Formats: sequence, C-alpha cells, structure tokens
Amino acid sequence: MREIEFDVVVKAVKDMIMHCGTDLPQDTYDALKAAMEAEKSPVSKEVIRQILENANIAKDEKRPLCQDTGLAVFFVKVGEDVRIKGGLLRDAINKGTEEGYTEGYLRASTCEPFSRLNLKDTVGYNLPAIIHFDIVSGDKIDIEYAAKGGGSENVSRAKVLPPAAGKDGVVEFVKEVISDAGGNPCPPITVGVGIGGTFERAVISSKHALFRDLETTHEDPEMAELEERILTEINNLGIGAMGMGGTKTALAVHIESNPCHIASLPVSVNVQCHSSRHTHITI
Amino acid sequence: MATYTLTTPLTSEDTKKLVAGDTVLLNGTIYTARDAAHKRLVELIEAGEELPFDLEGSVIYFVGPTPPKPGDPIGSAGPTTSYRMDTYSPTMLKHGSKGMIGKGKRNQAVKDACVEYDGIYFGATGGAGALLGKQIRSAEVIAYPELGPEAVRKITVEDFPVTVVNDTKGNDIYQMGRAQYEVKD
Repeated sequence: MREIEFDVVVKAVKDMIMHCGTDLPQDTYDALKAAMEAEKSPVSKEVIRQILENANIAKDEKRPLCQDTGLAVFFVKVGEDVRIKGGLLRDAINKGTEEGYTEGYLRASTCEPFSRLNLKDTVGYNLPAIIHFDIVSGDKIDIEYAAKGGGSENVSRAKVLPPAAGKDGVVEFVKEVISDAGGNPCPPITVGVGIGGTFERAVISSKHALFRDLETTHEDPEMAELEERILTEINNLGIGAMGMGGTKTALAVHIESNPCHIASLPVSVNVQCHSSRHTHITI
Repeated sequence: MATYTLTTPLTSEDTKKLVAGDTVLLNGTIYTARDAAHKRLVELIEAGEELPFDLEGSVIYFVGPTPPKPGDPIGSAGPTTSYRMDTYSPTMLKHGSKGMIGKGKRNQAVKDACVEYDGIYFGATGGAGALLGKQIRSAEVIAYPELGPEAVRKITVEDFPVTVVNDTKGNDIYQMGRAQYEVKD
C-alpha cells in the first residue's frame, strides 16, 4: 500500500488552481487563434482578439483570466493501492481549494442558496469543492480540475428523450440549448454532450467531456462524426463571439456516451465558456 | 459603425447618437452592482429613500471583481450575464440611470425602457477580466461591503472598451448580427 502525505495533495491542488486561474491552456489558446483567423464577422473577430490579448495579459501579469473564477470541480480517480497519510483525501482537496483561491487572489463565488450571502466560515473560499470520485486499480491518484464559471453553467440543460428520437433528437436538443443561450455563456464555447446512462450519468458525462483536449477527436468514428455534425449546426446558428453575430460560436463538441436503459435516451449539454480553465495531474 | 469617446455622467444627447454596433471608450466614474445589490437599490427607490450614489446620468457595471492584488485598485473585472438584472434595470433607467454594462441579451422590458428613458445597454467582452480590470484606475466600496464581490463600488475608468448592444431606437446588435450570419437549411 503506497502512502501519500496529506500536505502533498493540498499543495498539488493549490498549485493547479493558481496556475489555471491565470494561464489559458494552450489547446484553447490555439483554437481561439484559429477561430479568429476564420471568423467572417469583423465585430466577432475583434472580440476574439480581445480574448487572446486578455489571455496574454493574464499570463504575463499573473492576473485572473476572468473575474468569475468559478466553482472548483474535480474528477478524481483513486487507485485501490494508495492511501492518504494524515487525513482524508476529500479534506486535502478542500484545503488545497481554499488555499489556492485565497493565495491566488481568486474570487470566492459560493453563497448560501437563499440568503445569497457568502459566509466565510461556512461556504466561503469556494467551499465545498464539487468532487466526483472513482475507484480504479493501481497506486496513483489522478486529479482533473476545472474552474466552472456561472455564465456558461447556467445555460446547461438535461432531458430524457424517447429512444425513437435517436441521433436527430440529440442534435435538435443540443441546438435548442445553444440557440437559447445566445451570447450569455461567452462564446466561442466548447460543448460537452453526455448521452445515455441514467439522468445523472448523462449530466456528469457532459461535464467530464469538457476535459478532453480540443484537438482530440472521439475514438469512435461514429461519435466523431456526430460531434462534427453538431459543431457545424451550432456554428450555422450565427451567434458568434459574445453573441455579436458570426461564424465561430463553438470551438468543439465533445461527446461521452454510455449504455442506457431500454426505455430511455438521456442527453445532457454542459457548456464551457472560452475561458476554459482546466488541468490534470497524477500523484 | 462609429467609435466614440464618452465621459460620465451621460446625457440624453450622448446616448441618442449611439447606434447598436458602435464602439465606445468610456471615461469617468461608473458604479458596480449586480444581483443582490440591485435588489437593495430598487427597494430603496421604491421606498423613496436616498441611494448610495447619484443615479442621474449614471452608468452601472454588472461585475463582481476578484480581490485586488497588493498595490492594485481592483482585480480582474469582466462583465457578468445581464439578464439577471432585467427585473431591476427599467426602474434604474426610469430614475435617471443612462447606461448599463454587461454581457448577453436583455428582455423586451429593458429594451423598451432604453427607448423610453434614453438608456443604452453596452456589452463588454465576457471573460476579458484581466484586460478590462487594467482600464480601472481606482475603486472604492461605497455600499453593502457584506456582499463581498457583489458590493457597490465607485470606480474610475479610462478608455474602457464597450459595444452598444441596445440603443435608444430599439435596435439589438445580437439579433442583427445573428440574422446576418445564420445559415439556414
């Protein structure tokens, strides 16, 4: 049984949060640059230029890319042959989150649902983090982190379609969600689509799909084709960068598909804004 | 599409010349307020009480900035999604406010209020918090400090870049731009 010190996890989580807050991932930067060059609308082109300039300023001056530094979302794979020495893994991730958001001058965006107050001794400092655990073989801990902002999260939706709706039904639903969202989720966006499983499996899959590198296509050619079809249909909506009208509304569509019940076809859409702050480490 | 440089407070003369799609570089004092602060401000207006700042000609920025790093007046400060302020904005415009800065579409009531009271809804680039924060020269919390990032701040901006989304004639750049680039089957 391998042992990992509690503080090692805390520091790793803190570092990934602080790095993500200021440094846009290279795949996202490259995709935005390509989108700016391909964009036909001059207004949208200028918006994407500002987005790229913002990324340069944030990286050079270590300023948060966006004022909405999001809720901390983690997907954690824990090897069966590893244990944390000196505390619980969940507590280490939460402590790293608190330290990362505080020391990185990132915004604490959590509040109590009805009073809307950010109470620092209870739910402040962006606690508790949203953590999805999975048990796997091996003696390592694999942590994926995303800062999930409210603007793009708010337009996300899920629905259970009748099985007869098929691929066309999925395409129509995703189009409807993105069309209704317009400029609100800060396009150019990345669209995560969770298909199958149960209602909650589809939702979690749609969020996890957003972690895939933008240049990577789906390993299943049939799913890759469906991703391409949805991407084209979204870009045909004409929404453009920040909704100003244009040809580049989405950078990519990523699908995660799961086996589902014979009576159901769950589908979920989780939207990621252009400030796609995500990273991954293995301890 | 023209580019203007304007200084707050704005007058009807300033706002009536702006057309959806125009670029404006804003200068002067503006005020920050988002969800919880708007609720309180409108409650004060409805109770006939004094507001923490003069609404006449004011521009309200829908933003909840990050904490400032030592030596900086403010942290990153990009716009938040505006529709959550739709309930409150017509009242603010009716009582003298002339401009709003946010991102995303507004409802018909807000657009109608812009026409009726010579108001403008400006869009700033969402997520460009580092870039926009650098155009803010000073910042001071003037009300509701307990709301944290949602507190009302008096800020001074220099050449703060915005685009006219809804003008005083009822135009909407989101609808116009989308209609221009939509590909129909």
